[in-house]
Amino acid sequence: MRYMLLVYSTESPDGLDAEEDARIRAGHGQVIEEAARKGVLEGAEPLAPTRTATTVRVEGGKALVIDGPFAETKEHLAGYYIIDCENLDEAIEWAAMIPTACKGSEGCIEIRPLLLARPYTAGGNG
Amino acid sequence: MADVRAAAEDVFRAESGRILAALIRICGSFDRAEEAMQEAFASALASWQVKGLPRNPAAWIMAAAHRKLIDAARRERTRRDRQDSLAYETPAAAFPLTDIEEDRMTFPDDRLRLIFTCCHPALNMEAQVALTLRTLGGLSTPEIAKAFLLPEATLAQRLVRAKRKIQEARIPYEVPPVDRLPERLSAVQAVVYLIFNEGYAASSGTELVRADLCAEAIRLGRVLCELMPGDGGNRGLLALMLLHHSRRDARSVNGELVTLEEQDRGVWDREAIAEGLALVETALRAGPAGPYQIQAAIAALHARAGRPEETDWPQIAALYEILLEMTPSAVIALNHAAAVAMSGRVEEGLHRIEELGNRGGLEGYYLFHAARADLLRRLHRHREAAAAYGQAIALATNPIEVKYLERRLHELQAG
Repeated sequence: MRYMLLVYSTESPDGLDAEEDARIRAGHGQVIEEAARKGVLEGAEPLAPTRTATTVRVEGGKALVIDGPFAETKEHLAGYYIIDCENLDEAIEWAAMIPTACKGSEGCIEIRPLLLARPYTAGGNG
Repeated sequence: MADVRAAAEDVFRAESGRILAALIRICGSFDRAEEAMQEAFASALASWQVKGLPRNPAAWIMAAAHRKLIDAARRERTRRDRQDSLAYETPAAAFPLTDIEEDRMTFPDDRLRLIFTCCHPALNMEAQVALTLRTLGGLSTPEIAKAFLLPEATLAQRLVRAKRKIQEARIPYEVPPVDRLPERLSAVQAVVYLIFNEGYAASSGTELVRADLCAEAIRLGRVLCELMPGDGGNRGLLALMLLHHSRRDARSVNGELVTLEEQDRGVWDREAIAEGLALVETALRAGPAGPYQIQAAIAALHARAGRPEETDWPQIAALYEILLEMTPSAVIALNHAAAVAMSGRVEEGLHRIEELGNRGGLEGYYLFHAARADLLRRLHRHREAAAAYGQAIALATNPIEVKYLERRLHELQAG
C-alpha cells in the first residue's frame, strides 16, 4: 500500500541556524537514500514556507483567492514523502526516522494511505 | 435440544476467539470472518440437533466457517473480475478443503495476532477495548454496551470505525517483531487492565463492581499467559486481577463500601487467592519485575494477612517505593504515603501526603482527600479530618463511595 507521510513542522520566524539546517537535511537525505535503496520511495519533497501559500476556494462558481495556508495552526505542512510499503507498521517505522524540525522546531508526521491503490498482489500480509 | 443449544453456546464462549482469529488470518477481514463464524454457528446448531455433537465442535465450526468464506469469495469473484478491496485476502485456493476431516482437523492459534491488532496504538483506546472484548472476549455488542453503560449504537459505531481503520490503513495482522514486542505487549496489558478496572472501580453506575467485566479481563489475562507463558508481566497482571477480584464479595455490603481493613476476610475467594499467590511467585522469578509484578506482590501481602493487623505494611511501603521509581505518579505516591502511615509512621505518612498536596495536581482527586482525612482521624485531629472528608465527599462520583465517606464523617461528628 502507498502511504503519504506528511511532515508537519513549527515555523519559527528566525528559521534554523546553519548547523541545525545541515543536520536536518542530512537526516532527510539518509531516509531518502535508505527508502530508495529498499525500493519503497516514490517521492519526497520539501515545501516552501507558508508565507508563500495561497488558498483557493470556489464559491458559487467564483474562485475566492486567499493569501495564506488552508488553516492557521501552530504546525504547518512542510513537506511530504510517498512510500510504498506492506502495512501501517512499516509506514510508522519510516515516519519515526523522518526529521520534523525543518522549519524551526519539532513537529510530527501524519500518515495517510493513498486511496488510489495500485493493484495489490496478495500474500504480502503474513 | 436444549442440551445441544447450551453445548453450542459453551463452544462459542470458549472457542469463538480462536476461531475468529484463524478466520481473519485466512480472509484478512474482520467483517467477513465474523459473518462466516455467525453463519457457521447457525449451521452447527441446526446440524447438531439432528446428528448430535461432533467430537471436536470447534474444528467442526472452523471447517464450516471456512467453507462459507470460500463460497462468499467465489460469489464475489464472479461478481467482479478484479477487486482491490480484496487486496488483504489470501487466495482461497491456498487452503484446499478436501484435506479437512472435521473431527481431526486442528487449526493454528492466531489469537496472538488478533490481540496485537486489536490493541494497535493506531486505534484509539476506546476502540481497542471494544474490539478486544468483541473479538477475543466473544461478548456481543449489546453486552459490551451494557457493561460500559453506553448506547448500543455508539458502541456499534466505535467497532465499525475501528475495523474500517484496520482495513483501510492496513494495520498488519501479525505479532510485532522482537524489538517492538515489549512496548506493544505493554499496550495489550494496559487494555486488559483497563477493562478490569472499569469493572472493578465502576466509576459510574450504582454497582461498585461490575463483575462481568472483571471476569472477562481475567479470562483475557489467562489467554495472554497461555499464549506468552514466558512473560512475567502477563503472569503478574493475571495474579493482580485475581487477587483484587478475590475480595469482590467483601468490598460492599448492603450497598455500602467496606474498606480493606473492615472487610470480612472469610468471604474472600480462597481459590482465586491461591491461584494468584502461586502466580505471583512464578511471575517474580520470571525475570526483572515490572509494575504488574510489583502491584501483584502488594496485593499478595494483603491476601496473606488473615487479620488486618497481620498485614506486612513495611514491606508494602517498600514495594510502593519501588513502584514509584518505576512509574512515578501522584496516585502511587499517595498509596506509598498511606502504606508508610499504616506501618506505624502515621505522622510521616501524613507529612508525605501534605507534601504531595502542596505539589498540586491532586486537589480534584477524592482519594487524596479521603486518605488525608483518614490519617487525620487516626491522629485524633477531628476537626481537620471532618473538613477533609467534606472535600472528598464533594469530589466522589460513585454513590457507594459517597455513602462510605458520609458514614465516616458521621462517626467522627458523633464521637
